Amino acid sequence: MSAAGHTLSLEEQIDQWRSYLRRRQTIHSVDVAELEDHLREQITALVEAGLAAEEAFLVAVKRLGNLDALSREFAREHSERLWKQLVVVSADSGELARVRTDAIVAFCLAVAAAAAFKLPALFGLELDRNIEFLEQGAGVYARNLSLFVLPLLTGYFVWKRRLDARTFRWLIAAFVAAVVFANVYPFAAGSDTEALAALHLPIALWFIVGIAYAGGRWGEIAGRMDFIRFSGELFIYYVLIALGGGVLTGFMALLFKAIGIDAEPFFTFWLLPCGAVGAVLVGSWLVEAKQSVIENMAPVLTRLFTPLFAAVLVAFLGALVWTGHGVDIERNVLIAFDLLLAVVLGLLLYCISARDAESPPGVFDVVQVVLVVSALIADVVALWAIAARITEFGFTPNRVAALGENVILLANLVWSAVLYIRFLRGRGAFTSLEWWQTAYLPVYALWAALVVAIFPPMFGYS
Amino acid sequence: MAINKDLVAASSTPIVLAILADEDSYGYAILKRVRELSGGRMEWTDGMLYPVLHRLERLGHIQARWEVADSGRRRKYYRITRSGHRQLAEEHRQWQAVDATLRGIWKGLSLPGGMASAAPLAEGV
Repeated sequence: MSAAGHTLSLEEQIDQWRSYLRRRQTIHSVDVAELEDHLREQITALVEAGLAAEEAFLVAVKRLGNLDALSREFAREHSERLWKQLVVVSADSGELARVRTDAIVAFCLAVAAAAAFKLPALFGLELDRNIEFLEQGAGVYARNLSLFVLPLLTGYFVWKRRLDARTFRWLIAAFVAAVVFANVYPFAAGSDTEALAALHLPIALWFIVGIAYAGGRWGEIAGRMDFIRFSGELFIYYVLIALGGGVLTGFMALLFKAIGIDAEPFFTFWLLPCGAVGAVLVGSWLVEAKQSVIENMAPVLTRLFTPLFAAVLVAFLGALVWTGHGVDIERNVLIAFDLLLAVVLGLLLYCISARDAESPPGVFDVVQVVLVVSALIADVVALWAIAARITEFGFTPNRVAALGENVILLANLVWSAVLYIRFLRGRGAFTSLEWWQTAYLPVYALWAALVVAIFPPMFGYS
Repeated sequence: MAINKDLVAASSTPIVLAILADEDSYGYAILKRVRELSGGRMEWTDGMLYPVLHRLERLGHIQARWEVADSGRRRKYYRITRSGHRQLAEEHRQWQAVDATLRGIWKGLSLPGGMASAAPLAEGV
């Protein structure tokens, strides 16, 4: 009885030791296996010499040497491992097969997305060639753009997370609803409500992607937080892929020009659109694949830019007070301030997502609060100026949408600031800020869905 | 007697290669052999052997393969290669030169207690 208890606890101890070792980036899993064999051999020898299993374990671990020194030695021998590898995966065969299947599925879906995007062309809805299309078809394409990509991305996560049938049915229902709302309204060609619908549908659908991404964990703060991290990383990857694509097309144009072939039509009608939709899936796969491999980029950029944005905003407020200039209310000033709030929210989100909730408030937290509060003040000043003249401008769909977004972001940031200040003063936990941000996510999706579904009839499809 | 770290590091290559020249082996057994051969005077920190083995593997002096041991566990065995044999011969020459030089120097010197552990009987003299 007691012997069995001992072996169990020994196995547990070895398990713990192994997982502790695995966290060292310079010691790969094959090395861990090799060291584990050594450890077990040593334990066996010590037990034969008369030691109890637990004592033997302690002695064997001690003899292997200090882990820090050991991983330093490994780092000296394998310095390339300090550069965390993205595409190269460990030689563990099971993991390799899994990663490979993942990659194949992701690339197939990327090709499928590109094919779906070019499918309407088969039925005469060519992006170029006829003028009629430019008026009718461009709107159709723009409204449905996200529907070429996001269902496939959702499908990828449904497959990866093995979602249950009930959630799956809800996801399908959501996409069917999206297809209906994107296509039933008789939009006037080039109307504002159509542009708004085209802009807001992806936002609403991104929420659906999130539900699939989180698997069964959408109800948990951690699940939603993971989705926020995923979104930020995907954005960065997408930008990087786009930059690479730009270099590729530049070379392509140059090379073919040298032999007298104009590559531009191919580029405009094939490479750019297919690459743009395919990159969403490839980027998502990369984020998933490297999740545990590379330190996340979004928080790094946040660290870099939070102080800079805070400085700019404080300088702006200072100049506002010093010169006594009012905010010049142009047509697009509301949108500009919406974007500003969105950026500030992004900086806040990725600061939260990377922060250890248990660590005490630091200097960076103060900078973060300065950023949020100065953005709020700037926004309130702008809103004040706009409110005075809103009746004069009239309620166009664009303005109502921009105003609604401003209010939503403002409400989020005001409460965030309150929670953050409470945390700084030691009266609240950091987790309440996480909770607030993740609980707020449906609000964005709901508003976006409203703009898609309610605005067109409300404003007469104009 | 603890042997200086630099000496341990310098001698690790010929020792490991010589043990593997005898027969294919794996980490734990190599360490055991080192302990036997040195009469317990060479105490390596166990873990440190592995980076050494990996370095020799990278240099092509030894080759690794995974095998399933009698215990049912996977075990990484190392085998000396042709370049390893050449390296061993080279190390042999160099260490002999060092050894010969030192012998010449020791002869002309009488260090208090310097030979004690090499010749334990000297204590009684």
